[in-house]
Amino acid sequence: MGDNGSEKRPELSRRGFLKAGAAVAGVAGIPAIARAQGAKMKIGLMLPYTGAFAAPGIAIENGFRLALQEAGGKFAGRDIEFIKIDDESEPSKATDNINRLVTRDKVDLVLGTVHSGVAAGMIRVTKESGVLHIIPNAGFGPATGALCAPNIFRTSFSNWQSGFAMGVVMSKRPAVKNVVTIAWRYAAGEEFVKGFKDAYLKGGGKVTKELWLPFPNVEFQALLTEIAAIKPDAAYAFFAGGGAAKFVKDYNQAGLSKSVPLVGPGFLTEGVLDAVGGAAEGVETTLHYGDGLETPKNKAFRLGYAKTFKLQPDVYAVAGYDSGLLLEAGLKAVKGDFGRKADLIKAMENAKIDSPRGPMRLSKAHNPIHDHYLRKVVGNENRVAGIAVKALDDDPAMMAACKM
Amino acid sequence: MTSRANAILLAVAVLGLAATPFFAEKFYVQFFAKLLIMGIFAMSLDLLLGYTGLVSFGHAAFYGASAYTLAILTPQYQAANFWTSFPIAIAVSATLALVIGFFVVRTHGIYFIMVTLAFAQMLFFLFHDTKIAGGNDGIYIDVRPVAKIGDWQPFNLDNFVHVFYLVLVFFVIVYVLLRVILASPFGRVLVGIKANEARMRSLGFPTFRYKLVAFVIAGAIAGVAGYLSSIQFGVVNPEMMGWHLSGAVMMMVILGGMGTLTGPIIGAAVWMLLELGLQGLPKVGSVDLGKHWQLWMGSFIVLASLLLPNGLLGLGASLLRRIGKQRGKPDA
Amino acid sequence: MEFSTFLIQLLNGVQYGLLLFLVSSGLTLVFGIMGIINIAHGSFYMVGAYLAWSLTGAIGNFWLALPAGIVISVLIGMLLEWLVIRWLYHRDHLYQVLLTYGLILVVEELRSVLWGDDVRGVDIPKILSASIPLTENQSYPVYRLWISAVCLLVAGLMYWVIQKTRLGMMIRAGASNREMVQSLGINIQVVYRVVFAAGLTLAALAGMIAAPVSAVFPGMGNHVLIVCFVVVVIGGMGSVKGALIASLLIGLVDTFGKVVTLAIGGFKVLPELSSMTVYVLMAAILLWRPEGLFGKRL
Repeated sequence: MGDNGSEKRPELSRRGFLKAGAAVAGVAGIPAIARAQGAKMKIGLMLPYTGAFAAPGIAIENGFRLALQEAGGKFAGRDIEFIKIDDESEPSKATDNINRLVTRDKVDLVLGTVHSGVAAGMIRVTKESGVLHIIPNAGFGPATGALCAPNIFRTSFSNWQSGFAMGVVMSKRPAVKNVVTIAWRYAAGEEFVKGFKDAYLKGGGKVTKELWLPFPNVEFQALLTEIAAIKPDAAYAFFAGGGAAKFVKDYNQAGLSKSVPLVGPGFLTEGVLDAVGGAAEGVETTLHYGDGLETPKNKAFRLGYAKTFKLQPDVYAVAGYDSGLLLEAGLKAVKGDFGRKADLIKAMENAKIDSPRGPMRLSKAHNPIHDHYLRKVVGNENRVAGIAVKALDDDPAMMAACKM
Repeated sequence: MTSRANAILLAVAVLGLAATPFFAEKFYVQFFAKLLIMGIFAMSLDLLLGYTGLVSFGHAAFYGASAYTLAILTPQYQAANFWTSFPIAIAVSATLALVIGFFVVRTHGIYFIMVTLAFAQMLFFLFHDTKIAGGNDGIYIDVRPVAKIGDWQPFNLDNFVHVFYLVLVFFVIVYVLLRVILASPFGRVLVGIKANEARMRSLGFPTFRYKLVAFVIAGAIAGVAGYLSSIQFGVVNPEMMGWHLSGAVMMMVILGGMGTLTGPIIGAAVWMLLELGLQGLPKVGSVDLGKHWQLWMGSFIVLASLLLPNGLLGLGASLLRRIGKQRGKPDA
Repeated sequence: MEFSTFLIQLLNGVQYGLLLFLVSSGLTLVFGIMGIINIAHGSFYMVGAYLAWSLTGAIGNFWLALPAGIVISVLIGMLLEWLVIRWLYHRDHLYQVLLTYGLILVVEELRSVLWGDDVRGVDIPKILSASIPLTENQSYPVYRLWISAVCLLVAGLMYWVIQKTRLGMMIRAGASNREMVQSLGINIQVVYRVVFAAGLTLAALAGMIAAPVSAVFPGMGNHVLIVCFVVVVIGGMGSVKGALIASLLIGLVDTFGKVVTLAIGGFKVLPELSSMTVYVLMAAILLWRPEGLFGKRL
């Protein structure tokens, strides 16, 4: 692990624990936490460290720490102190956890999280309290739509965007006249499919049938048989993590990959290629990043990350890294004085980030505007085949819903 | 420990808690409100678990049901009325408990555990997979209910201190109510059913009906907890009905000592402090103890279930007895 | 739905049902014979899948990894029985729920420590990697048929052991009268240890043979746990026959629930609410027979 910034654990802090215990008994009061002038900037990392999303959570933290390390351990001369909290990807605990960071530990910025439901809970609190909030993964639309706020930024993507990019690609292929979509029936799945349809239908394509599966069910056979019976020109699928790995395998074993090309958002093949063996060969996806992106920035990033953490970075690490770059850009503009919040926010809004993914800037609603790449699985790699859509902005419907 | 000692202890604790908003920070006031809410929730389950012998593994269904009721009753960007939404939410929880209870109370033992779990999961998926109230992302109660009577507003739910006192008042009401119920002839029948249902039946008690009523009361009180929780956090999601929460509240009851009412409260407190404390374990050398906090939590649960058959309260009582005995020795 | 599609869906449903049987049979066995409710059962399905992955990687051959994994599972089962489970026989079911809930957390975190949090995969063994063409564009993997065959074999084996062998006799006797068996000089402790280990191994075996078609990932046990509960409730606690029939029923209901369109009064019911179908089925059966299809009368 990169040893940047000191790290203070919030929860034990044995004193804090005892204090809480004493207060239960109604014996002792809790002294307010004093904050010295010119202190370190406190960053709350609210990420999943256990459970199904632990790997992305750790990658995001690593990416952020890499950015800090490259900046010399300080952003614009400002020392950083980290306070970590495991959100467990558990939405029912989200409000509780974010409250701990915001009202008790009084962090100056929150970085989190992976799971959209948890991020929605966080936004509710950060929006009300005004604490800076950078979302390094959760792609649900309303975060930079109806729920948007000046202090909330996203460095990852919106689900709609990567769905839209594939819709554009498919609509340009004359051979693909009708498509079947298949996804988990939950908010993210619906947003990917909506993005795809927004572009594909406009381009003259036809969606023959939308197939849905309860989240997180992984029994795909019945729906694969449906696809085989419908015989579309392509199938657009969204699943993620273990579900994606199983889907890609099942799809291949059902013999469908020969007759119905499989396409989807990048998450269909992200982090699962080793797990599926050759089953993903030829699957095409769109995403704002690809491991093999041939830019000097990306090469330097991958080298630095691999050296520091002895791991290969992924799209999650990129978002963590860019979160660091975004904050650095903001702090530079205010010379490290994070008390000047309005100026800091303005600087972050206008920042032009030289990201490993390529150039990135933020929309008015604080969602990334970035290129989306078409990627094709070759061997164990999501090989970048070209740019699907240049400087893609978010869903107009979401942007219209953002009032700030 | 006698129930009178329990009651005194509890009264002192409640008075102590009542003073917290005067000196504690917002976070701790909210933390204690959460703790009291979980206390109410755990007490309601204790009525089933500890007194009637019904091991419900789906109790969160009723907690979530009232929270969802409030969410659905709240118009977007406007406030619901506390005085109408509260009774409706509790009624929904109670009705749901009546319907589910009708199916499940006829089963016994392990069956009861599984069936309550399965029914709760059914509800979980109903809210998770459909668009009712925001689907799997849940829904936000943007504006908290208003408690106006005419022009007079006795309390304001946007104020966290008011919420805290409201929770505290409900906590005391629920405790007293349950004590009254348990001391009544009805309550004694429940305890009799737990001890030996066949005998109670042969004595002429319609045990099915008694158990069903207990199930409904417990469901309604769980609804109180769910309603209060949705007020405090302003968020309702399917996980509020999930089996993780049902499991957790069951652990609180057993951990503290079931069949005592006080035990579940202690269990809830210890459970929440553990969650808070274990995550903050330090790094020892290269081993990050805090990262794998769930390992310690799990081990603790395993050990507690093996070594504390009567919960923490039982442990405390037996320790007290032992001290008493040793003191008594020289005189003998 | 075309008739050929219908037949393929039928096959899908039966195949899923058989796999469900393999996972849940261990649960019902441990229930029925020992009166132990093990809610960490799904976690051992996950452990099985991870064992298949790590052992196949270490040994380089799935067919050797399988027996090795079984041996390890049996050892884990016996160790757990000796360490924690045996203290629970005379205690309320409540403590069993509590303890095994704790085990879920412990197993999940140990998985994270030992094997990490990444998604893994196991290759289908060469000999079974072919597919049988069903229609012009869909084929059926031989491996899936093999899974079904294994499940049927296990079902037959369980039936034979329980009904026809001395061990089965002891098991059946232990289920009905613990004291009597002990007075006959049979060591009930040993029987219980074997049964618990067998139950756990069945879950792990299901995870192992499912690993090549599934993927291996954190939390995968939670997916199957609840549906296993439903199987056991519908089939009747402790009844292996009931578990088999309930599994097939659920496999079919789940499969057709996802593809059949059904609307009642303009409100779309299926496939929108397909995740609820199995629970509705369970409620209906409970109303009819509270003890499940083949359970002992309560």
